[in-house]
Parts: sequence; structure tokens; C-alpha cells
Amino acid sequence: MTSQLLTNITILVLAAFVGFEVISKVPTTLHTPLMSGTNAIHGIVIVGGLLTVGALAGGWVGTLLGTVAVIFGTINVVGGFLVTDRMLEMFKGRRPAPAPPADPAKKA
Amino acid sequence: MSVWITLAYLLAAVCFILGLRFLSSPKTARRGNVIAAVGMGIALLATAVQVTHNWEFVVLGVVVGSVVGVAGARMVKMTAIPQMVALFNGVGGGAAALISTADYLNSAGGQGPGVLIPVVFSAVVGSISFAGSMVAFGKLQEWMTGQPITYPGQQVVNGVIAVGIIGIAIFLMATSSVPPLFIAMVALGLILGVAFVLPIGGADMPVVISLLNAFTGLAAAATGFVLDNTVLIVAGALVGASGTLLTLLMSKAMGRSIANVLFSAFGSAPAGGAAVAMGAEGGTVRSGSADDVAVLLAYARSVVIVPGYGLAVAQAQHAVRELADLLEKRGVEVKYAIHPVAGRMPGHMNVLLAEANVPYEQLYEMERINPELERTDVALVVGANDTTNPAAKDTPSSPIYGMPIIEVDKSANVVVLKRSMAAGFAGVDNPLYFNPKTTMLFGDAKKSLNDLVNAVKNV
Repeated sequence: MTSQLLTNITILVLAAFVGFEVISKVPTTLHTPLMSGTNAIHGIVIVGGLLTVGALAGGWVGTLLGTVAVIFGTINVVGGFLVTDRMLEMFKGRRPAPAPPADPAKKA
Repeated sequence: MSVWITLAYLLAAVCFILGLRFLSSPKTARRGNVIAAVGMGIALLATAVQVTHNWEFVVLGVVVGSVVGVAGARMVKMTAIPQMVALFNGVGGGAAALISTADYLNSAGGQGPGVLIPVVFSAVVGSISFAGSMVAFGKLQEWMTGQPITYPGQQVVNGVIAVGIIGIAIFLMATSSVPPLFIAMVALGLILGVAFVLPIGGADMPVVISLLNAFTGLAAAATGFVLDNTVLIVAGALVGASGTLLTLLMSKAMGRSIANVLFSAFGSAPAGGAAVAMGAEGGTVRSGSADDVAVLLAYARSVVIVPGYGLAVAQAQHAVRELADLLEKRGVEVKYAIHPVAGRMPGHMNVLLAEANVPYEQLYEMERINPELERTDVALVVGANDTTNPAAKDTPSSPIYGMPIIEVDKSANVVVLKRSMAAGFAGVDNPLYFNPKTTMLFGDAKKSLNDLVNAVKNV
């Protein structure tokens, strides 16, 4: 057991608690964007792909696998954040009402 | 140098947490997503400065991935979001598995258990997540049947595969490098991913996607252990927590245990129990015309609309909003009741209604709307079935007994828009349709709604 490993385990456990705490505050209305957004966040594995290809020593197999991992990770990150943004853009409240002429009869 | 990189990773992790924090309200949610994306950008920059060689492969990977990602995110229809999320989730898991495999092959397995355990874990969980997500995608995209695919002894076979994986994993940790065996383990992980999702029906996909989301998060965290990278650990843990929480929430919303959802091949057999209970009721189905229903709606004081996946399939979210606007103009109070598992993933129905510009204040969760239904004049059920089935409350023999429902049978009148008398995804009959208070309006949801809009205009 190296101290680095212990530090990593500490970080993992604390981050999991922060995760539970923060996520439990998200209303059900936003659960699909939440899932899509966290989905984009785990695209962070692309960091591992970049290091595997460009920073760590390795043979051509490692480079090949790493390149595919970079492709996959980029799809995950780019697609995930964009589609989440598309969804959240649509969530609008009542006040900036999208229907211009329908105002007078509307109740609060 | 290294200090700055570590600090940049810390900043990225903080951005992820803040981003999720902002998701707690629809007002700030979009900003939250941007903050998380900025965090991702910071992490990627901090990584890019560490790249020393193979730039052509890095650029190739990023360009190809960006093109695919942008195209996918731009073109996907809102009804197809669940399979898109499954796909993005799958490639994330696949990336984690590939990185671990590359690391194992590069280092020839010559590392201590502190690295070897997370390498093995990330490779197995990542490959399960990849293959499982692809099957989930296939089911949701209807490239394959949404029905559970079962055969005798299935769970035993899956159990054997799982035991095989664990056996190889232990062997790999105990011995020196055996690359072929590592590859075999990853292959078994892929097979298990497929085999594990096959027997799960389309209606249970919300739970599966949440679970696989958690899997990918954990695989990413394990990759962080392999590379000694804190931002991977933090991000992975956040996603793992979120996926776990949503999985628990979803199975609770279906009134079943997670084990029941994952292993019981729910909805495969037509349920005999509920059919018997229905026969006893022996009621008749009353079907009405659009004009009848329009009068009912136009002179009501309060209407609660209960949308289900049928509404999404018929692309009728805009038509339903038009009808609601028309009723509101007449002074009818309109609310939408959203069951937690309406649609194909948690909160999917909210996204679809948001797309049709329904203000989110009008969307009511099940717990909030149920007490109000007693005072509601008309409950308008559009393409929802199992989530309104009173058998879940009062027929212990029903397969969906115990599932919390939107109690539309409490309101004064019920109108059900439905294509035919076919059973819902759970394959269970719905006594609601035989209730004397219920009027059925058969036909495609979009057409029926358009008919209703015209009829209400003429009332």
C-alpha cells in the first residue's frame, strides 16, 4: 500500500459522497439532462487515451488502442455536452412566454 | 510544471462539481452544463501539454471523434435521446477498457496490485458497459426486439461467465503478465455485457441505462487509479454516484427491486393473473368521439394531462401543447402529471414537453399530482398505460402490483387516447379502460389530439 494509493482511495470516497450530495438535489424534471451531462463528464477518460497515445512509452498496439480510445472519448465528451445543452436550452419557464398572442387569457 | 498540471486538474474537478450543483434548477442548469464543459476543456489542455509524441494520432482521434460527436448530438431527435445517451455511455466505457488494455500490454503486467487491480477492474467493467450499452441502443432504436430475449438456464450461463471473469482476474493478479488471458477476459466482459442486457425488456431500459452509466463512471475512476490521475477519480466517482442514485430511484418508481428488474425478464410472458382479475370485472369499454371529449374538456374547470411514451412515439408533444393552450384560453386549469418512468429514461418526458415549449412549472411529479386528482374534472391519458393501471394498487396477483401509479381513476372523468386495446410494455391488461368513468378515444395520439384541437375550437 503506497501512500499515493491511499490518497487516491481517499479522493474516490470523498468524491462519491460529494456526488451523492449534489445529485440528490437535482429535481426529477432534469434527470435526463443530468444523466446526459454526467455521461459527458465520464468522457474524461479521454485524458487517459491522450496520455496512452502521446505521453507514455508503448508499442504500436498501445498507440492503436489509445487512438481508438481518444476517438471514443471525444465522441463521449463532445456529443455528451452538446446534446445536454440542446436539451437544457428547451427548458423554459412561464415568464418569457414563447406564445406572443396568447397572453391576455392566460392565468398566472 | 507538474504542479500546474495538478492544479489544473483540481480546477477541472471543481468545475464538474459546480456544474452538477447548477443542475439543481432548470433556471441555472444550462450554465451548469457549460461550466462542466469548461472544466473538461481545462483538463484536456492540461493533458495536451504533456503529449510529447504521436501528435498525428492524437489529432486524428480528436478530429474523428468531434465530427461523430457533433453530428450525433445535432441530428438526434428528442425522442431518441435515450439511445443516444446509451451510445455515448458505451463509447466512454469502451475507451476505459481500451486504455486499461493498452496499459497492461505496454507495461507487460509488471506492476504491483495497486495498479493491476484497477487495470483489471476498468477493463472488465468498461467492456461490460460498452457491450451492454450497444445492446440497449439496439433495443431502443428498435434494431432488435424490445422484448426480453430469454432461454432456459440463461441466468446460470451468465453466472458462469461472471465466475470465469473473476477467476481469470484473480489469476492475472497472482501471476506475471499473460496478455492472451487478459484479452480473453476482456472478450468475456463483452459477452457478459450482451448476455446481461438481452433478457431485460424495453420498458426497463431506464434502469439499465442508469446502471451502465454508473459502470462507466466506475471504470473511469479505476482508470484514474491506473494513471494516478485525480480528475479521473473525482469525475468517475461523481458519475458512479449519480448513476447509482438514479438506478435506485428508477427501480423504486417501478415498485420493484433492482434484482427483479435485472434478472426476471419482466414482461416476457403475457400475464395471466391480471386477465383473470379483469374478467371478473366484466365491464365494457366505452369509446367516444373527438366531439364528445372536446365538450368534456372545454367545460371542465381542471384538466390533468398524463403523457406516456405513446405520445413520444406519435411525435404528439406539440399537438398536446396546442390543446392545452386552447383549454387555458378558455379558463381551464391545465397541469401535466409526469410519472418517474414515463418515457424511456428518467425524466425523458420532461425533455419532450420542454421541446414543445411547455413551461416546466406546469409539469407535476407523481407525488405532487396524486392528491389533486380527486379534485380534477378530467384526466386526459395520452399514450400512457402501465403508469396509470389501478391494478398496481388493488390487484395483488398483477405483475405490476406495488408500482406507484398516477391515480387517474380518482378524478371525475378519465379520457384515454390510445391506438388500440393492446396491453402496455409490461404486457398487463389495464382495468382502467373498463371503468364506467372512462371514455376511450382510439387512434394515433397525434391525429386524435389534432381532432380534439379542432373540436374544442368549435365548441
